[in-house]
Amino acid sequence: MKKNGMPSRLFLLLCLLFLYAPILVLMAFSFNGSVSKAVWAGFSLKWYLQLFQNDMILDALWVTLAVSALAAVISTLLGTAAAIGFRNMRRRSRTVCLTINNIPLTNADIITGVSMMLLFMLALSGLNGLFGLKWKMGFVTLLIAHITFDVPNVILSVMPKLRQLDPNIYEAAQDLGDHGLHAFYKVILPEIMPGVINGLIIAFTLSIDDFVISYFTAGSGTQTLSMVIYSMAKKRVSPEINALSTLMFLAVVALMVLVNLRQTRQEKRAKRQQENLSAQ
Amino acid sequence: MKSKAIAYPYVGWMALFVVAPILIITLYAFTSGDREFTLSNFQDMSQYASAFGRSFLLAAVATLICVLIGYPMAYFLARETGWIHRMATMLIMLPMWMNFLLRTYSWKFLLERNGLINSFFGLFGLGPFQMIDTHGAIVLGMVYNFLPYMVLPIFSVITKIDHKVIEAAQDLGANNLTVFRRVIFPLSLPGVLSGITMVFIPSVSTFAISRLLGGSKTLLLGNLIDMQIIGTAYNPHLGSAISLVMMVIVIICMAVMNHFGDGEQGVSL
Amino acid sequence: MKKKLIAWSLSAASLLSLAACGSGEGENGVVNVYNWGEYIDTSIFDDFTAQTGIKVNYQTYDSNEALYGKLAGGATGYDVIIPSDYMIAQMIEEDMLEPLDFGSIPNFSDIDPVLKNPEYDPENLYSVPYMFGILGIIYNPKMVKEGEDMETWNVLWNESYKNDILMFDNSRDTIGIALKKLGYSYNTTDPAQISAAVDELVAQKPLLQGYVMDDIFEKLEGENAAIGVYYYGDYLTMADNNPDLKFALPREGTNRYVDAMCIPKGSENKENAHAFINFMCSAEAGQANCERIRYSTPLLSVRKKLDESVVNNPFAYPDPTFMAEQCETFSCLPAEIRTLYNDEWVRLMNS
Repeated sequence: MKKNGMPSRLFLLLCLLFLYAPILVLMAFSFNGSVSKAVWAGFSLKWYLQLFQNDMILDALWVTLAVSALAAVISTLLGTAAAIGFRNMRRRSRTVCLTINNIPLTNADIITGVSMMLLFMLALSGLNGLFGLKWKMGFVTLLIAHITFDVPNVILSVMPKLRQLDPNIYEAAQDLGDHGLHAFYKVILPEIMPGVINGLIIAFTLSIDDFVISYFTAGSGTQTLSMVIYSMAKKRVSPEINALSTLMFLAVVALMVLVNLRQTRQEKRAKRQQENLSAQ
Repeated sequence: MKSKAIAYPYVGWMALFVVAPILIITLYAFTSGDREFTLSNFQDMSQYASAFGRSFLLAAVATLICVLIGYPMAYFLARETGWIHRMATMLIMLPMWMNFLLRTYSWKFLLERNGLINSFFGLFGLGPFQMIDTHGAIVLGMVYNFLPYMVLPIFSVITKIDHKVIEAAQDLGANNLTVFRRVIFPLSLPGVLSGITMVFIPSVSTFAISRLLGGSKTLLLGNLIDMQIIGTAYNPHLGSAISLVMMVIVIICMAVMNHFGDGEQGVSL
Repeated sequence: MKKKLIAWSLSAASLLSLAACGSGEGENGVVNVYNWGEYIDTSIFDDFTAQTGIKVNYQTYDSNEALYGKLAGGATGYDVIIPSDYMIAQMIEEDMLEPLDFGSIPNFSDIDPVLKNPEYDPENLYSVPYMFGILGIIYNPKMVKEGEDMETWNVLWNESYKNDILMFDNSRDTIGIALKKLGYSYNTTDPAQISAAVDELVAQKPLLQGYVMDDIFEKLEGENAAIGVYYYGDYLTMADNNPDLKFALPREGTNRYVDAMCIPKGSENKENAHAFINFMCSAEAGQANCERIRYSTPLLSVRKKLDESVVNNPFAYPDPTFMAEQCETFSCLPAEIRTLYNDEWVRLMNS
């Protein structure tokens, strides 16, 4: 393939501008002195200060991070195990499992959310009636819902790595006297690790960004950032939310820049070593 | 690694939290408030035919635009080398770290009568145009939010195309256009199909975008379901029936599409 | 490489969460308050917690119907809710509210007697007024024709303001406006009148910029639309940001509403809920709250402390005869009429 010329570079630039323009607007307004989005009232950091006193937003942030981190970790474990198990199943049961696994992926979020909400309502009223409990929808149902839509994505990212795996490797390891779990840790896991990590990142990102499923499954006492924003969006989204989002966004950007810098430096070093070697 | 038991926890999970909810929503759709079997939920639905039409039309338009923008974008990104190529996935995914409702909300201020875009046009003596609270704004919201889902699978498929295949085609005398038409495009088709699914489904079922950017004037299927399930017109049985019908139509659409695209599925991000 | 990235993002996440973790339960438990958005001065929560040791968990909704949907959908865990008049009547009818123990709300004596024993709660067993106000037309004189008659609902059907008009995003208010335009009562139970009103709204829909709730603030302040309908208290807030805006009362009559504090059935912190309601009726909290949200307060002692220009403003504290002749309160509609409202609203939305 040939390199991109000016027109295609320009097109890319416009596309990226399209993706990032609303984000820049949002960040700009987090520094607005006035609460209004219609009026610019000078540079101010007051929303950043107020943010750390707003319990509603901080609680929602905590719920969002906790549910995303927990759901990502649990679904990575569950999903990786499932992906490996699926490989060892007979063809027919594997097809059935993969088809069911695909349901949360292909279903619209609203259907996943609504159907799980109906399940939780039925199950809770049943359990509460049977055992005289007072359980209600909340963090646990939210977490279950998040895990349910995260796992299929983990499986999707682990499966290709498993497919690439040379079946002989594992047997070779066993032949050499390594068996069971140990062989798994030493041989299989390192091979599929990129897929697992990728799955974890995707799960975490999806959970952080999710609104629809949380909206239906979180019940009344628990709310994620998305839900706070939605209840505000038909009103006036408080600029403290802009401030928080700006902070979260900048944290991710900073992380990426660091990672990228390190990677570039390593590549350069590797290249120099190569050159040194070939010079000798 | 012969054990399949390791998958059982998740199999149980799926039975409880994937299969059971679908069964329950089906049950709700075929019953009335007093728990008797009925088809009236489906009969009542005929009055919402226009909402079905509108949702599918707007989602189709948004998906088409996503293909038209997303494909070249993915293609050009794949042709880049160096840091842009390495960061491409991250560049596309990064906006997802800003909450999607906030990003959508932010469009309001770009599209308003006195928003940034109209102010920009105003410099040239144009406008102001009515952009917010229109069907166009809703489609824009869908394209904006779901474009990454189109770009990422296409990008990952194109990146994986073996350069030797392209070189071989070139050696056989194919010019650039032919290489694209006969080699790259057919090989990238699974990515496109995957992208279409990933854009169309959230578009057809959205309720937040039409509420935020459409001024609540445009009733989409998502809004209808939202109203029936927790909103103003509380009737979970009708809401379930609408969900079920939407699900079936979507499944049929996808089956037809995958039939044309030789059924290759499962392109991951 | 990626492993590092994960480790960093996780440690960043845990740092953030530590920062967020300052709030737990108060020493005397919690009270879960569910209120309209932008409808409280949240800083007074700290005073409440300092006085009582009860922590306030605060959530918001954006319409009476959304609140009802949540509760009817089986949601529990709320201790104090603040619905409007007609919704309170409906909730009483459906046995969704706890009777209040007025012995633990001594500050109730400060409530304006005119607002006690209202139509929606005739024996005043379930509710304590929070705020009240009247509905009117808010417009920007720069964007309407000079000399345009703004004191009529008809102006919302004027084709020269296509794409410049905003209506409510809820059935009761919007259908009510059309009913008034046709000269009917807000509380009519005649299906033909309601359908006729919705026909009017279907005809109006192409002229509208949108159906809005609190996003009307930015629309009118930023001059993104010329005419909207909203409450006087909100008009004051808008006028702060855009002094051009004007308020008009339609002569066909308008809506006076009351929002009142109630305790929903299933509340697990009833004692704390009473303490919270009583606190909101105290002069200090009432004043801070009233000055922040600008609606009209039912508390007599607060009115004494407010600026005279506010108290004497006929839009904010209309005289009783005006209220009786020009204003109508929403009452609870029978179940079959509510169903009709829902069906007709979906018909309007779907048109």
